[in-house]
Amino acid sequence: MNSYDVVVVGAGPAGMACATEASRAGLSTLVLDEQPRPGGQIYRDIEVSDPGRRALLGKDYGEGARIAEAFRASKAEYRSGAVVWNIDSEKRIDYSAGGRSHSVQAKSLVVATGAIERPTPMPGWTLPGVTTVGAVQILLKTSGIVFEDLVLVGSGPLLWLAATQMIAAGAPPKAIVETVPRSRYREAARHFAKALRGWRYLAKGFAMMRAVKKAGVPVHSDAADIAIEGEIAVTAVTFTSGGTRQRIETAHVALHQGVVPNQQITRLMNCKHRFDDSQRAFLPVVDESFETSIPGVYVAGDGAGIGGAKSAEMRGRLVAMRIAEKVGNRAGEAAKLRTELAKDAAVRPLLEALYAPAADVLAPADATMVCRCEEITAGQIREAVALGAPGPNQVKSFLRAGMGPCQGRMCGLAVSEIIAAAKGETPSTVDYYRIRPPLKPLLLSELAGLGAEEPREAAE
Amino acid sequence: MSSDALVLGGGLVGAATAYGLAREGLSVTVLDEGDVAFRASRGNFGLVWVQSKGDGYPDYAIWTRRSADLWPSLDAMLKEETGVSTAYEKPGGLHFCLSEEELENRKALLARLHNVHGAANYGARLVDRQEVREMMPEIGPDVVGGTYCEHDGHASPLYLLRALHDGIKRRGGRIVADARAETIARDGEGYAVKTPSGTYRAGRVVLAAGLGNKALGKEVGLDLNIAPLKGQILVTERTKPRLNMPTHVVRQTGEGSIMIGDSHEDVGFDVSSSSDVMATLAARAIRMFPFVKDLRIVRSWAALRIMSPDGYPIYQQSETHPGVFSVNCHSGVTLAGSHALALAPMIAKGALGEELAAFSARRFDAPAN
Amino acid sequence: MPQRIDGSGETVRFTFEGREVAARAGETLAAALIAAGETTTRDSVVSGAPRGPFCMMGVCYECLVEIDGVPNRQACMIVAEPGMTVNRQTADEVVA
Repeated sequence: MNSYDVVVVGAGPAGMACATEASRAGLSTLVLDEQPRPGGQIYRDIEVSDPGRRALLGKDYGEGARIAEAFRASKAEYRSGAVVWNIDSEKRIDYSAGGRSHSVQAKSLVVATGAIERPTPMPGWTLPGVTTVGAVQILLKTSGIVFEDLVLVGSGPLLWLAATQMIAAGAPPKAIVETVPRSRYREAARHFAKALRGWRYLAKGFAMMRAVKKAGVPVHSDAADIAIEGEIAVTAVTFTSGGTRQRIETAHVALHQGVVPNQQITRLMNCKHRFDDSQRAFLPVVDESFETSIPGVYVAGDGAGIGGAKSAEMRGRLVAMRIAEKVGNRAGEAAKLRTELAKDAAVRPLLEALYAPAADVLAPADATMVCRCEEITAGQIREAVALGAPGPNQVKSFLRAGMGPCQGRMCGLAVSEIIAAAKGETPSTVDYYRIRPPLKPLLLSELAGLGAEEPREAAE
Repeated sequence: MSSDALVLGGGLVGAATAYGLAREGLSVTVLDEGDVAFRASRGNFGLVWVQSKGDGYPDYAIWTRRSADLWPSLDAMLKEETGVSTAYEKPGGLHFCLSEEELENRKALLARLHNVHGAANYGARLVDRQEVREMMPEIGPDVVGGTYCEHDGHASPLYLLRALHDGIKRRGGRIVADARAETIARDGEGYAVKTPSGTYRAGRVVLAAGLGNKALGKEVGLDLNIAPLKGQILVTERTKPRLNMPTHVVRQTGEGSIMIGDSHEDVGFDVSSSSDVMATLAARAIRMFPFVKDLRIVRSWAALRIMSPDGYPIYQQSETHPGVFSVNCHSGVTLAGSHALALAPMIAKGALGEELAAFSARRFDAPAN
Repeated sequence: MPQRIDGSGETVRFTFEGREVAARAGETLAAALIAAGETTTRDSVVSGAPRGPFCMMGVCYECLVEIDGVPNRQACMIVAEPGMTVNRQTADEVVA
């Protein structure tokens, strides 16, 4: 089995920057990533998108080219199309690539698997034609695909970014249905002074809102009780806004309630997690160098708490510096990077307060489907709690919620929230699904062949 | 907080016993752990399995067979009372052999069991290469034969647990989560059990806390020599119905998933690294049923079986603390019928029956031979 | 209908439910299907209800299709190749 000083999982900004920095410090480094090309979701297809498309995606997207270029020029090994399906406590990593499973040994493991979108259970959210906002951006980045009737529903910076990108691409959204309650602005205002340190983000935010206004995109604010209609596919979105029930016909709806750390690997490894009230999500507990409760396991980027692409790049570099420092290799200067990182994070409390998830999504109606794979409703989850299920793992075994192929990624956070509310507790005490291998569904034939190709070396 | 009986542990063993006690008319309180408990129950493979149980231990074979015979009633009661189906089916079960040597060993085992229990009671018979294929057309070329037993079946361990919990509640029982028993003390005529969520009192106490029984037993004069044995299970994505009956290591669930596990009797199974064990289980399953190679594993489970030194259950009433009973075993699904409908009535009456004498912890006092 | 904003890239042809679909070289099956107006890729194995690509990043497993006879493959993670035979995954293929 091959062994590396550093194995990085994920080739987004954090993973690429970490690998570049680690190999610069003389550490043997391997990057494993599921996608065919580096960039992660934020810089998806950054190496191959044409200049015109890159221009309309904005300057921040273009930043990815610099990071990817440095990564490609580094000595780090890179395996694309590599799906990690198990990591044991000794940091042996099993992954699937090219139809076979392989194992590598890491001295230090860097989890750079970023974020996923928060589950957004609401009536009709499983209908074909409904996607996440991230999906809409991916379609634009990878294929230049736009929709003439796209309705964006939810809240968060990504919602506005997607809208401006669509406008730039000549296909403004049909409408934005924003779920931020009016009272939120007052609550968020107290974070404004501090956020001024991150004025560039604020300026970008205001510019996006201006662009939407200028393009004449209808914005329905303070929307609630959202339902997506349709029999076999989406036909309309309905909601209450400004005191009246409204209905917009469309075949394409994109949902967004912010992004949350992708916890699958850190949960699998039983790293300590905590519930962050401001981000309203579980975060792995990390130290100032992003090392988890398990020595030698680090989380770089959004996986350690949402900070955005710039922060992810800096955190990736910091992790590499820390690993190098520990083995006595010459590392880069971390102090300046930390200052920059703190400055970059100044805007987060404002964003987290303003764009906290909508109440409807945290507490869906009884009839709303929460687990998409096994079709389990919020009401069934509440019944299981009434039957005595103390948390998500018992709910899972009573109902099969979280047992489908997505392995709880699309429902986990929502299930923890619903159970917490039903018990009068917080997600912090209720906790989360226990995650077990394989991290992604794995062909039995491939599993059976594990180790056949690369005989494992005898223990030293 | 007082009731007739306290059951310490809300897994399959505790829940089945508690449900049975509630059926006997006792007021029951189940003191359960938190969300991460039930490891053995959640990792159960789901067989109601009679064949090959009790080699050299006829009482276990009889107790197991009795449970299998009680299962249809238990299933029907739970369905009627709770509306929850345990997905119980009794199409018989097959045990396969992948080599002539395995088959010879199996033959010898069968002969031993027949000599002790008699063929009629035991019900398993040898099936050859040809007959195995007629019974299960999906079987792979490496299978040289096996044994079939009409008393075997399977059920969903998870739905069984849910139905039992539901049944206990509907019969007025209480299930308290986050109430892992810490101490047991005499309290007047009965006992007081201290937990993080309060102290509970009852005249009868059933220790059904899995591996937790070891520490609890010490408090009531029971020296329970039990240890964990890790086992692993793989679960595939759903597929159309392919298997018409359960086998000792592969079965198809009501939802269509294929479950792959290590056999109940392979008690020496060594689990050192989970990916490698998963690979071994996968390779063996493919040899038995080649079609599974194209399915994807969506979950794997590692669970800890509760093993006594000889692998058989320990049922014991404390001599120093009368009214305190201890139940220690693996195979919580197979034995659910007996636990709910045979063991619980004995506990309700206050004494274990003669048929459980062989399962006393005292059998370990003298060196076995 | 979805539109493409630029004409870059070679065309790769595969079939979906017997119909020919044009993909750009290097893009995923799911992206090509959405561009072709095909938003339904499978039926739910529980209720049979129609489902389609949701996350486009390999997380939700809603875009499962049958590719060259092999079911349960993620259309959003698999790059379109010339001549692929892709079909909707119907519930009865998976479980009756």
